Amino acid sequence: MGAQKKGATARVSEDQEELARNPLQAILLADSFATTFRPITLERPKVLLPLVNIPMIDYTLAWLESAGVEEVFVFCCAHSKQVIDYLESSQWSSQPNFSVTTIESHNSISAGDALRLIYERNVIHGDFVLISGDTMSNMSLTQVLQEHKERRKKDANAIMTMVIKKSKPSPITQQSRLGTDELFMAINPVTKQLLCYEDKAERSKGFISLDKTLIADNPSIILHNDKQDCYIDVCSQEVLSLFTDNFDYQHLRRHFVKGLLVDDIMGYKIFTHEIHSSYAARIDNFRSYDTISKDIIQRWTYPFVPDILCGSSAIKVERQGAYRASDVTLSRSAHIGSFTFIGQGTKIGNDTKISHSVVGEGCTIGSNVTIEGSYIWNNVTIEDGCQLRHAIVCDGVIMRSGAVLQPGVILSFKVVVGQQFVVPAYSKVSLLQQPTQQDSDEELEYADNTSGTGELRYKLNGDIATDLSETAYELGTGGVGYIWSVFEGAQDEEWKHSVAPIPTDKLVKLMLDKDEDEEQLTQDGNVLSASGELKADSDDNGSEDDDNADSRDDYGFFEKEVEATFLRAVHENVKVDHAVLEVNALRLSYNMASVDCAGAIFYSMMKLAVESPHHSASELHRNAADIITKWQKLLKSFLHDIDEEIEVILKFEEMCLESAKEFAALFPQVLHLLYDKEILQEDAILRWADEKEGADESDKVFLKSSEKFVQWLKEAEEEDEDD
Amino acid sequence: MPDTQALVNDFLNKLKKRKIEGSQATAKQTAELLRSVISQTRVPYTNQAAALIQSVKAVGEGLIAANPVELAVGNVVRRVLHIIREEDLSLTTAAMAGLNLSAVSDDEDDVGGDNQPVLSAAAIAAASRSTLRPPSLQTLLEDVPDSAAVPHTSSSGGDSEGKSKSADKSSRSRKLKHDVIEAVNELIQDINTCHEQIAEQAVENIHQNEVILTLGSSRTVLEFLCAAKEKKRSFRVFVAEGAPRYQGHLLAKELVTRGLQTTLITDSAVFAMISRVNMVIVGAHAVMANGGVIAPVGLNMVALAAQKHAVPFVVLAGSHKLCPLYPHHPEVLLNELRSPSELLDFGEFSDCLDFGSGIGAPLLHVVNPTFDYVPPKLVSLFITDTGGHNPSYIAEIYQLFVTSLRGEDMKFKSEIMKTNCVAGGNLVKS
Repeated sequence: MGAQKKGATARVSEDQEELARNPLQAILLADSFATTFRPITLERPKVLLPLVNIPMIDYTLAWLESAGVEEVFVFCCAHSKQVIDYLESSQWSSQPNFSVTTIESHNSISAGDALRLIYERNVIHGDFVLISGDTMSNMSLTQVLQEHKERRKKDANAIMTMVIKKSKPSPITQQSRLGTDELFMAINPVTKQLLCYEDKAERSKGFISLDKTLIADNPSIILHNDKQDCYIDVCSQEVLSLFTDNFDYQHLRRHFVKGLLVDDIMGYKIFTHEIHSSYAARIDNFRSYDTISKDIIQRWTYPFVPDILCGSSAIKVERQGAYRASDVTLSRSAHIGSFTFIGQGTKIGNDTKISHSVVGEGCTIGSNVTIEGSYIWNNVTIEDGCQLRHAIVCDGVIMRSGAVLQPGVILSFKVVVGQQFVVPAYSKVSLLQQPTQQDSDEELEYADNTSGTGELRYKLNGDIATDLSETAYELGTGGVGYIWSVFEGAQDEEWKHSVAPIPTDKLVKLMLDKDEDEEQLTQDGNVLSASGELKADSDDNGSEDDDNADSRDDYGFFEKEVEATFLRAVHENVKVDHAVLEVNALRLSYNMASVDCAGAIFYSMMKLAVESPHHSASELHRNAADIITKWQKLLKSFLHDIDEEIEVILKFEEMCLESAKEFAALFPQVLHLLYDKEILQEDAILRWADEKEGADESDKVFLKSSEKFVQWLKEAEEEDEDD
Repeated sequence: MPDTQALVNDFLNKLKKRKIEGSQATAKQTAELLRSVISQTRVPYTNQAAALIQSVKAVGEGLIAANPVELAVGNVVRRVLHIIREEDLSLTTAAMAGLNLSAVSDDEDDVGGDNQPVLSAAAIAAASRSTLRPPSLQTLLEDVPDSAAVPHTSSSGGDSEGKSKSADKSSRSRKLKHDVIEAVNELIQDINTCHEQIAEQAVENIHQNEVILTLGSSRTVLEFLCAAKEKKRSFRVFVAEGAPRYQGHLLAKELVTRGLQTTLITDSAVFAMISRVNMVIVGAHAVMANGGVIAPVGLNMVALAAQKHAVPFVVLAGSHKLCPLYPHHPEVLLNELRSPSELLDFGEFSDCLDFGSGIGAPLLHVVNPTFDYVPPKLVSLFITDTGGHNPSYIAEIYQLFVTSLRGEDMKFKSEIMKTNCVAGGNLVKS
């Protein structure tokens, strides 16, 4: 650590001149241009939502400030007034050497629009950091900036450096731990150039396509699926003008990054910078809200953790990662579990159990309440006997006694849940009615919402009073709020991005689906089967019978090859060792076992004996004996155990029956010869005899002919035993 | 004023973001900041000391809150407050009946005045207290009788500037601020030179052919060992690497470049090696009022190992690390939990930290504490810039002061003990 730090400071001083000329600037998009945090974001912008009791934007700004950024342009669109008011009243407006300027817009509907507007303002004068206000990090920018600058010096087309971090996706859900889809990136390992970026690899297809030219242009490419996009980009000024030139660029990744990667006319390049020890992640959905909250509580974002950001006198970390503010009223019998945050002024009653949760400021929690993995914001009242599991409860919510929140519930601002009412899993409850028409274009998040506060007031005064009967029906007696219905099609996806962990039945289902997929793939013959067994052939049609036939064919070829090798060895007087090597090579290339080799070699030897000139049976026998004597070493090197020896006998039998009937008469003699030469052990012969005992009469021909020999062997064995 | 405010904010920010490493750097910067605060404070004609105390306190409270783990900040704030009180007191006493003393001090003005104003101020204060107020450290300590305190006063060079000019009442207003700033400068000087002062004692403590064990890295320890080396002592050093930050590696490198025979071991091998070790020398983060030590993590283990084998456990600490608080005091945050990334690689373990499946709660907890608390009974010797003490001595001094405290500002109550502890150390040494 110390060494790294020293290195970093040295680099800073080198770049000091440059930095002095151009103060480091950052563009912070205080608007996610997405709808994932609805209904909460109808009333408050996402960047002001508390994350472990501190607004998200504070983490981002604190990091930018400590990373040496001097000028931040905060772009706000939806609820811009709230963001501006917050920033003005916060500590950030009065920091020396760190200016925060807000840029307001009312008609931007995407990141593209925002960047075009910033380009028009002409405020960016050099390289800048582009992030959104929901990004947590503690990385040092020194290295990535330096890399970016150096690349720029060499290649003016290197306009952007993306920060990535290793994070393995779940093999079952194919999601990252942040709840985003599995991301595929092709990166040149030497230059770190990004070549392909695919965040929506179609599962049904199970593949991504790479352009041929990529492979031609790059000596090596690594395809990653274990990298997480941190959504921290170091950009050159050109990025802004590119957005202006391509007015249809809306989304930073989907349009801009992919557009640049595809477009080879301009030749702009994007590079990646991987961080290892530092942390960076963006809150994209409720799942990442949960994950990042837990990361913060576990201090991965150190020093941007609540007790340091708020000042440690206000919040203390106790044993097992329990964060507690200084004035919490806690019943003696209440049980606060590990990794829990309790904010200032909160009161907690008897026998209440809280674990892995965040409870904000000024909350009142009654007795016998169970809170597990939930995020409770400020000034929430939870009466006796309530149960909350993996839920988000916004400011000012009241839960009457005995109410239950099932996993994945979102209660937006000031909702009241009636007595004993059970809010079903994954439901979203808000005082605002669900926008009746879901805009087909998901980019248009806040379009219906520019007058958010006014609308809200109207609802509070009018609607709720008049619609009380209806809302009461929805949320139990005394309940206030609408339960939003889930859009068609989205129903199935709800559990994926929720704060609640994925239910086991879904996991099991996914696992089964996956297995099926895999089976299909295996049957297609393109993929190794799960056991890793290699198929003998490379043919595509793969039913079992064909497979066997193929392998039989294969054996035929193999036998021929071995025979040819053997003959060459005989004629050219090749050394036995070399012949062994050659046969072994053949065995590997045909994927055969040594049993097959033994059979094939023996076959070749006998065939040679038959084919060499002979006039009588005795001459044939002598031929065979010569060959066996000469090449016994070759044969023996493939006879490792008894099975292989039996194979040799069976092969011989087969030959006697089919290809070399002349040997039929000589069967016992040759058998004896093989025994004498210690090629076959008596065990093998006896076992062969035993096996044949039960066979058909026709199969017993050779057994009978060699009966005497077998008998003699048996007796010899008995004698041995007698001794 | 605005520029001091900016300085204060800047420093606060650095403290908050944990950008300043090491208690010496922190102490020094705190003292420098307070000096500029004092110089910028406008003092009214009457009761200037109170005005100074108030502004220092206001800044000090903020600084302490910014990083309560860094106890050196509080220590320095207390000492500065103490300096203001003592200077004020010395001015008053001198003004009251200083004529005969000023006659003595005139010729000593040039000799001692520049060297030891802080000590002299403290000494004068001690002397005056012994006459004006009965309960003081010196009178409370049995083995330091009143008579010893008075000779010490004169031998330390006497307070020069203070008395000679204090007779002139009109210049008094500027005088106090000036004196205080001088004294704070002296404090900064002390903090700067504490390494050398500690290192001076190295030869007395490290003997020929000894084996020294240390853990992690501390600049004080480095200087200490090198000082012994420079005095031609030959000895060997075992360095435990100090996981998870492995600063021991840096220390080993540094020692080797200075020509010391060094052996690097893992932290877990400490017990195996301790039987070969003659002495353990370590740095500290803070020394508490009971003589306990807050030290880099792993040191309690080393101390226990040392105790088991009766190896002396020596702690080096500059006087800015002496903290008048008790470890069980609610204000004291004993530990700081740092990022788990120092222990393990996030990418490799990311699948263990997936909250999307299972019970939705992390099964893997990583705890990375920065400090250990070493109880006083495990410490054999403290070596501070004022000499060597054993833990019970430090505890005793603090103890006496707590009982003799006036009910003045409780939060900074221990400021007086601090300096007197140092002065007391001098007494024992001389």
